[in-house]
Amino acid sequence: MTPVLMRQRPDRTMAEAARGDGGTRLDHLLVADMIEPGSRVLDVGCGDGELLKLLEARGVDGRGIELSREGVNECVAKGLAVVQGNADTDLADYPDDAFDYVILSQTLQATQRPRIVFEHLLRIARHAVVSFPNFGHWKIRLLLLFGGQMPTTANLPDTWYDTPNIHFCTIKDFRQLCDVVGAKMEKAVALNAWGRPLRLTAPWWFWNLLGEQAVFLLSRRR
Amino acid sequence: MAETQLKNDRDVRLREAEHPHSPVVRFSADEPLKLDAGSTLAPFQIGYQTYGTLNRDRSNAVLICHALTGDQHVANVHPVTGKPGWWETMVGPGKPIDTERYFVICPNVVGGCMGTIGPASLDPATGEVYGLDFPVITVRDMVRAQAMLLDHLGIESLFSVAGGSMGGMQVLQWAASYPKRVFSALPIATATRHSAQNIAFHEVGRQAVMADPEWHGGRYFASGGNPRRGLAVARMGAHITYLSDAALHRKFGRKFQDRANPTFSFDADFQVESYLRHQGSTFVERFDANSYLYLTRAMDYFDLAADYGGVLANAFRDTPTRFCVISFTSDWLFPTSDSRAIVHALNAGGARVSFAEIETDKGHDAFLLEEPELFAIVRGFLDGAGRARGLEKG
Repeated sequence: MTPVLMRQRPDRTMAEAARGDGGTRLDHLLVADMIEPGSRVLDVGCGDGELLKLLEARGVDGRGIELSREGVNECVAKGLAVVQGNADTDLADYPDDAFDYVILSQTLQATQRPRIVFEHLLRIARHAVVSFPNFGHWKIRLLLLFGGQMPTTANLPDTWYDTPNIHFCTIKDFRQLCDVVGAKMEKAVALNAWGRPLRLTAPWWFWNLLGEQAVFLLSRRR
Repeated sequence: MAETQLKNDRDVRLREAEHPHSPVVRFSADEPLKLDAGSTLAPFQIGYQTYGTLNRDRSNAVLICHALTGDQHVANVHPVTGKPGWWETMVGPGKPIDTERYFVICPNVVGGCMGTIGPASLDPATGEVYGLDFPVITVRDMVRAQAMLLDHLGIESLFSVAGGSMGGMQVLQWAASYPKRVFSALPIATATRHSAQNIAFHEVGRQAVMADPEWHGGRYFASGGNPRRGLAVARMGAHITYLSDAALHRKFGRKFQDRANPTFSFDADFQVESYLRHQGSTFVERFDANSYLYLTRAMDYFDLAADYGGVLANAFRDTPTRFCVISFTSDWLFPTSDSRAIVHALNAGGARVSFAEIETDKGHDAFLLEEPELFAIVRGFLDGAGRARGLEKG
């Protein structure tokens, strides 16, 4: 199986670059706020460990998986517990209920088998935090409708023939997958291009049209 | 030349076995070392080396476990060969295992020949060199002896245990046998069990030693000989397994040694032949042939999961130790899949584990060589563990 790229290239999307007062990435703050302090967390595709560092500062017992050698080495050098691995093949190695939370940030769309990865997330942890770029955003719809080509945007700059993102989905699609795998939605936030949350009270169709990315907190429905 | 040379080699090896150029702890007949084989060794001694200073809390001790042909001389000039210590790139002032911060201890393993009891030591029952009367020992025996040494030195808890290859096996055994005494562990280029292929290579080496007529059924000290040729061939074969095709090609290619054309003989025409012959001949000056038999055997017998009902994860169940597992892409003796098996078991046991595979063409030996990425990872891992342990930054 081809390895899945996990944030292998430098982070460069606008949303990911958006930072709060202390220089912390806004999307990281949002994810961190969904996690109970003191819990055990696995960050799948943890990159250079920035989110794990933030979580550890909040008293979370964090672990990571990262595909890129550079990312792993950077994390270990920071004192984080990170193993080199691949979401598609290595999640199966973790026992049931090994963690309280598992985080899959901007990686689901780059996996070979998103459904199987998703099922593993809910098996190894009670809760899963999943974020992904929303392919239902109005700009992307317009680009495809009027341009007639696979859309590229500031947040998703890769061409179709040279991208790690092989399984794009919309917010609506993702909600459907949650039903398929038996995941209960506890929280959902759609973010605009700058990583700021959209209005909380908006209906789903509105989020699916105006959210550039989405973050879901899920749990097992059993 | 041969007669004096031989006698000197023998004298040097006998001296290092009994009175090494390093501190020695002698355990009396009342403090026997219990062996997996069922017997005991008593009295016995352990030769070891230390670097740096133990802090007031006794919390900064790092145990280094050496590999098959290593010894306690990690970071000082070797008393027999005059060469630098085998891990001077890693251990020393300001190095990743920083002797200005940590108190580093490296014992010679049981079965070795540099001051810890082994087949070249004198058997108190006979007053003669043990030879093959020495009991077969295991990695667990080595670790049990090291624990006795630490008890003697008054060190209850180790800040870290580090080692590559057979040293890595000891690291894993330490973590499994004494989880509460090991705060952090660095098993490098190693495995939780020796593979069939590796046992096979070891057997070829042992047969080479035993086929040398000077081996004399292991009684070469009494007969005045030394199975130099057999041991050299064993070392040459093993040395190939420590490298890689790419590294050999890069270093030697098909280049001739001090000649422009082949000599149409069995001289060492090729540089690679000359290199291996040199490796073989220098090795026999400092290493005891019977030690080589015993230590390779100990590695062959190593199978950590077997001691835990065949389930490796049980060896590390709820371990408090933090691990950093490291492998090298071109290591075919202890390939990355072996390290992944360790990581898998540690994850299943709920351990705090880091794992990195380092890209290099230098093969198994990479752990002993100049590998900046290895140094950065070890330094970072120990820094992080040091913060968790409350060690002052030195």
